[in-house]
Order: sequence, then C-alpha cells, then structure tokens
Amino acid sequence: MSDTTATTPFSETTLLRFARGNRLQYDRVREQWFIQAPERAFIADPNAAEVLQLIDGKRTLGAITDKLHQKFNAPREVILRDTLRLTQELADKQVLTVV
Amino acid sequence: MSNTPPPPMSLLAELTHRCPLQCPYCSNPLQLDARTTELSTADWRRVIEQAAEMGVLQVHFSGGEPMARPDLPELVAHAVSLGLYTNLITSGILLNPKTLKALSDAGLDHVQLSFQDATPEQADYIGGMAGAQAKKLEAARLIVEDGLPLTLNFVIHRQNAERVPAMLQMAETLGARRVEIAHTQYYGWGLLNRDALLPSRTQLEETERAVAQARARFGTRIAIDFVTPDYYADQPKPCMGGWGQRFLNVSPSGKVLPCHAAESIPGLHFPSVQEETLAAIWQNSPLFTLYRGTDWMPEPCQSCAFKEQDWGGCRCQALALTGNASATDPVCERAPGHSVIQQAIANRPAVPPAFRYRRYGNAETA
Ligand code: SF4
Ligand code: SF4
Repeated sequence: MSDTTATTPFSETTLLRFARGNRLQYDRVREQWFIQAPERAFIADPNAAEVLQLIDGKRTLGAITDKLHQKFNAPREVILRDTLRLTQELADKQVLTVV
Repeated sequence: MSNTPPPPMSLLAELTHRCPLQCPYCSNPLQLDARTTELSTADWRRVIEQAAEMGVLQVHFSGGEPMARPDLPELVAHAVSLGLYTNLITSGILLNPKTLKALSDAGLDHVQLSFQDATPEQADYIGGMAGAQAKKLEAARLIVEDGLPLTLNFVIHRQNAERVPAMLQMAETLGARRVEIAHTQYYGWGLLNRDALLPSRTQLEETERAVAQARARFGTRIAIDFVTPDYYADQPKPCMGGWGQRFLNVSPSGKVLPCHAAESIPGLHFPSVQEETLAAIWQNSPLFTLYRGTDWMPEPCQSCAFKEQDWGGCRCQALALTGNASATDPVCERAPGHSVIQQAIANRPAVPPAFRYRRYGNAETA
C-alpha cells in the first residue's frame, strides 16, 4: 500500500500527542491497558503502556526514551528503537499525531 | 454455560426509535418502541453507571436518531465522567452549531454520520426525506470544523452500489477519518425490502474493487471498513462478535438484548433494566445464556472447525429464513437451509420494487 502523505520518519526530536478521540486507559475490571479509539478499543501491552503514559505533547521521543532508560534496565538504543516503532505504528493508525 | 462470561466491551444505547428518516434497511425492529415507552434520563444514567462498573469500555449512543432526545448531552457527559468512550451514531439531521457544541462540550469522543447515497436526489429518496443530504453535508462540515473525528457510514444495496467510488470520494472531501461501506443486512426492515435492496454479484464485485482502489490511494489517511453482504459469502459473519460475548444492546424501552434484532425471536423473555441490573442480565439471564458459546449448536456447526470463529452466524437471520432461531444460519453453504439464499438471489426481480419505508405501523401487514 502506498501513502500519498509522505511523512518523515520519527526521531528523538519528534513530539507527539494523542489525536482527539483517542486515549490510553486502564481498565480496572480486566486489569489491562487499552487504547480507546473511534469504534474500537484495543489492548496495549505493558511495554506499550509504559511509553504511551509518557506521551503528553511536551516530551520528545528522546526524552521519553531517557525516562524509560532510567526506569528499566535495558540498553537505551533498544528502548529507542521500540519506542520509534510503536509510535510510528500508532501514528499510522491515527491514534497519535505530531504536535 | 456455568462459567462467568467475560464482560462486554460495548454498550449500544438505543435511546429512541424516533427518527426523521425512514431508511428501508433500518436495523431497528419492525415493531418500533413508541415515545411514551422510552426510558427516562434517570434510567439511562443508571444503565450507563452499571455498564461502566461491569467493564464496558465504549458506549454507542444510537437510535433511531439519538439527537431527538434533549438529554443526550447530559448522558454523554455522564458516560465521560465514568471514563467511558462515547460515540454518537447519528443521521445528522438535527445537528447544528448549537446542538453540536453541547455534545462537544460534554466530551463526546467520536461521531459516526450516516449517508444514504452520494447524490442528493438518490439520498433523499432512499432516506425518504427531502433536503436530508444538504443537512448531512452541513453536519459533516461542522463536525470536522469542531475537530471531532468523523466516520461516514454508507449502507450499500442495489440502488446505490454503483456510486461507492463517489462515496469514498465524499469521505475524502469531507475530511472523514474512517468510512464504512457496509452492505445491507437482511433481517427486519432489510428483509422486508430485500428485493428492492439485494445487489447482484457483479455489483458486489464492483464495490469490492472500488474499496481496494481507494485503500491503495488513501493509505493510512482514511480507514475503510468494508462489510460484505453475507448472501454472497460461503460462511456467515460472527454476528455481534458472538451472542452475548462482546455487546450489550439496550432498547429505547429498556429491554436488554444481545443484538438489536433479538426481539424478533418468539417465545423468549426479554429482561429489562427496570427489573434487573445489566450485570445480572449479562451473566445469568436465559436470553443471554441461550446462544452463548457453542453448546446450543446443531450440526453441521457442532462438528465444524469454524464454530468459534463465526459462532454459527446470526440467530435472527436463521429465524427469519428458516423459522427456527436455533438453526445454522442459512447463509452458510454447509447449512441445510442454504437453498433459501440461492433462491432469493435467483428470484431477484429485474426492476426493484418500491420501498416499504421504515415508519411506525408500516410493517403491520408483513
Ligand atoms: S437507518 Fe435511517 S431510519 Fe433507521 S435510525 Fe438510521 S437514519 Fe433513522
Ligand atoms: S457450519 Fe456453522 S460453524 Fe461451520 S461455517 Fe457454517 S455456520 Fe459457521
């Protein structure tokens, strides 16, 4: 599939927020994180939820990576790679949008 | 089934059956609930609270036309305050800057706006209301201007199938995020009007091509949800994601149903929010346990590999076409009753008959 809106790939300086009508939500009944989006709710795995909880329209993806690097004992480049991949995927689904 | 079922994901809140339009494929039952039987605001507030408590994540405010209820913004605000995702399913006829602002201020998350066709003359004819299309176009403009994500919904049939490319173009021009190209489901009003609605296989294939082309063109900008007509499929759809598995439907008068057509099944007791809690109905009512899971299934479903994929199809369709709600959905090519589908296709009249419009009392002689 081709996309006519050629977007630049995300980087450490990319700033994201949730698009209107999309949000991260903890479901107390199922004890799981969900992404609430138009006409559907899908599960956010624990790693994705860690990233998404830090998305606030003010922190860059680099800053989010730093925070996760402090919190977890994983190499920074691995966290960065996963963060970029996850956020790109969710931006394609129009859950996240560039500020 | 003795196990406690997982909680439902969605509540379909049918606030009213009143609607300014009269689409001949409307998913409302043939026997429409009268205004005098509608639940009060307090009842709906309680239903929404119970839904949130049991684990519902999304509330779809629907109808009829839910904007015909002046308490809609209050109900949306209440759902939002409980952390529920709120979706409005509307014809857009009653939407203006003032009514939209009230909903937007209440915290509404998303709007699904229905269109009957791409051209005004045809659209107004199908919806049975002059001037409807102009109002809908203005509604779409206002929704996008407000910044709310918008889904356009088109129900497809033989009298509009050729304009699917124009419908997809409309979604792009109007700034929609999603568009549903949904072939008609043939129960209730749709079944009553089947000869006027059922497309030919060629028409169906053309809609499939149009959708594939638009998907390639739109990429990730606009998502297309395509619902095929199961008359031309070899296997039914998992109706509502399986009976009593994902959805709760509350009718205008407070009946709690596994799907919006369930009231057509005779001999069942339909529990009401006036008498029991949603959770009790979901978990224990005979209505919800009746066709939940696979224990109830006849052959060929019982020994079929797909039984947890499509859950034996639609109970209301099985009833309408075979007279037995517990039968395998005749849409399935393995079903003993499958010939009724082939006959319906073979007997399509060359010229579609006049619509039996969806109106109070208009199905009486059916
Ligand atoms: S399908 Fe048409 S008549 Fe039925 S509720 Fe929707 S807009 Fe109204
Ligand atoms: S036999 Fe039953 S379970 Fe199997 S495909 Fe047909 S409807 Fe589905």
